[in-house]
Amino acid sequence: MSSIRCIQLCKTFRQGDEIITGLDNVDIVIDEGEFVCLSGPSGSGKTTLLNAIGGLDTPDSGEIHMDGIRVDQLAKGPLADMRLHNIGFVFQAYNLIPVLTAQENVEFVMQVQGVAAAERAQKARDILKEVGLIGMEDRKPAQLSGGQQQRVAVARAIVSQPKLVLADEPTANLDTVASSKLMNLFSQLNQNYNITFIIATHDKRVMSYAKRLIKMQDGKIISDEMQTPVSGDEG
Amino acid sequence: MSNVSLRLAWRNLWRHKRRTWLTVGAMIFSNSLLVFSISLQFGSYEMMIDNTLQAFSGHIQLQHEQYLDDPKMRHNLPNIVTTAKRLRNELKLENIGARAAGFALASSRDRSYGIQILGVEPLYESRISSIPGLIKEGQFLQQDSYDEIVIGSILARNLKITIGDELTFIGSGLDNSFAAGVVRVVGIFESGIADLDRSMAEVSLAYFDDSFAMRGKGHSIAIRANNIEAVTNLQIRIEALVDNQNHLAVRHWEELQPGLKQAIQADMTSAWFMYIVLIILVAFSVLNTQLMSVLERTREFGTMMALGLKPSNLSRLVVVETSLMAGLGLLLGIAVGFVITWYLSIVGFYYPGMEEMAVKFNLPDRMYPEVSLISLTLGPGIVAFGSLVASIYPATRLYRLLPIEAMRAV
Repeated sequence: MSSIRCIQLCKTFRQGDEIITGLDNVDIVIDEGEFVCLSGPSGSGKTTLLNAIGGLDTPDSGEIHMDGIRVDQLAKGPLADMRLHNIGFVFQAYNLIPVLTAQENVEFVMQVQGVAAAERAQKARDILKEVGLIGMEDRKPAQLSGGQQQRVAVARAIVSQPKLVLADEPTANLDTVASSKLMNLFSQLNQNYNITFIIATHDKRVMSYAKRLIKMQDGKIISDEMQTPVSGDEG
Repeated sequence: MSNVSLRLAWRNLWRHKRRTWLTVGAMIFSNSLLVFSISLQFGSYEMMIDNTLQAFSGHIQLQHEQYLDDPKMRHNLPNIVTTAKRLRNELKLENIGARAAGFALASSRDRSYGIQILGVEPLYESRISSIPGLIKEGQFLQQDSYDEIVIGSILARNLKITIGDELTFIGSGLDNSFAAGVVRVVGIFESGIADLDRSMAEVSLAYFDDSFAMRGKGHSIAIRANNIEAVTNLQIRIEALVDNQNHLAVRHWEELQPGLKQAIQADMTSAWFMYIVLIILVAFSVLNTQLMSVLERTREFGTMMALGLKPSNLSRLVVVETSLMAGLGLLLGIAVGFVITWYLSIVGFYYPGMEEMAVKFNLPDRMYPEVSLISLTLGPGIVAFGSLVASIYPATRLYRLLPIEAMRAV
């Protein structure tokens, strides 16, 4: 069963008097459990495609299907529900809630989902251990390094085991070691939980972890290739 | 969502401690001010009612049913002294006295003035009315007084008479006969109420009865309750006691002194106008704080929406934040207001000149705010409600937010 299908997606932006093409007739099918990297220069449409798939932005035309549901036609409420239960986001700037601790940030989505307190606390502790943040549960984002914050963001994205994780330049603010650790983590999660990953990046090291590499330019897909990823240990 | 909302809202409040404390401080100030002002208002109304009713009318009067609207001699009650005595016994209350009233032309050697002559039971009158305590020259009537009169200070000045002088009066008796007499002035009172001081005089009920051919009839039985709160219950008890008597009405002070009630209502209206201005100012302060707070967290709200929160969740978060802030202002405002007001309700307070007025007019020399559940919660409750109303605008703004645009916000 195909997990995500985009048909003839188009999106333009107005910048002053200029019309900028974000997506230009993009057709793409991403199966469940795939580990996909979207690459290309700035302005190539990676983030726009990611946002459209995640229901954060609506295309001007075209269709987005997720497990048979037309995402682009969902109203605000059902779209929010879909994001809540099916999609985990990892942002370039981490986007943690500054007043909550690492553990509370991870619990946040589960709380909104209505998971019982004891269960979500246990899950949050487990996932923080898995991302190597044990002992830092009570620290607030400002008390964590960039890499640690990004790992909290990853923990938040995957804790409720979504079908899909969308990551936009997740390593942009991380050093080499932290980047490798994060990508290894993504790979493991992809293998262990069959979570679909779509990562927008222009970092070649990140691309090397992907099983499928889609290159974009000027809002179009210019290549779509399967590749052999580096193993988790090689990062 | 409730746990998230509450914890997140509480912590969000303290992101900008100074700003939150300024807003909460404004609430505390206005709430404590409202508690004090409303308590003072209630206290002063009670004092105002007490002073006014104590001057003459009492809290309740038994009258002929037509006497209030048409105070004629013929609208009277039979066996007035006996009825008053029965009421004193049944109610076990001594502050009950019978009265009769008539109009007469009072003359001294040089001048004549129209006056109202009141026949009273001297022993009980001092328990109902403050006039016996307002004698500035001479003394009040004694239980066995007969052809003696007590008059107001302005009337004494107008008639150019003083203690010991004689005064003649002529009026119309109940049977339309001439009611005339010569009485000796034994006391001059000064109530501070010009109408009373200018045109009222009191004689003993026995003398009035003889002079105006009343034959045991009278016009009212004045009753003073132990306190203002007891009036309604007392009225119900009296009505039960006299319900078999024809043409008799039990009048509450609000019927006897409609002007007093109107004055209180007018004062309340003007005071509430000021309170509403204060409440609106606080509401705008809350609106400003919450609007700033929402605007500077636009990016964060965008992230939350991306994670799956609905605009309604975010709006609720803003309302919960406002509720916590309003709750804090409410509790601290009530606490501060209560401590100040409670202290002043015990020791009282006065303003310059009040003591002199009090001595002159037999009034209390201090004002005492009246602390009650209503005075403690009414104003602060409205402030809290106003604050919540003020949060509607910033909360509804979130419904227009789009996650991707919000996350791009600086």
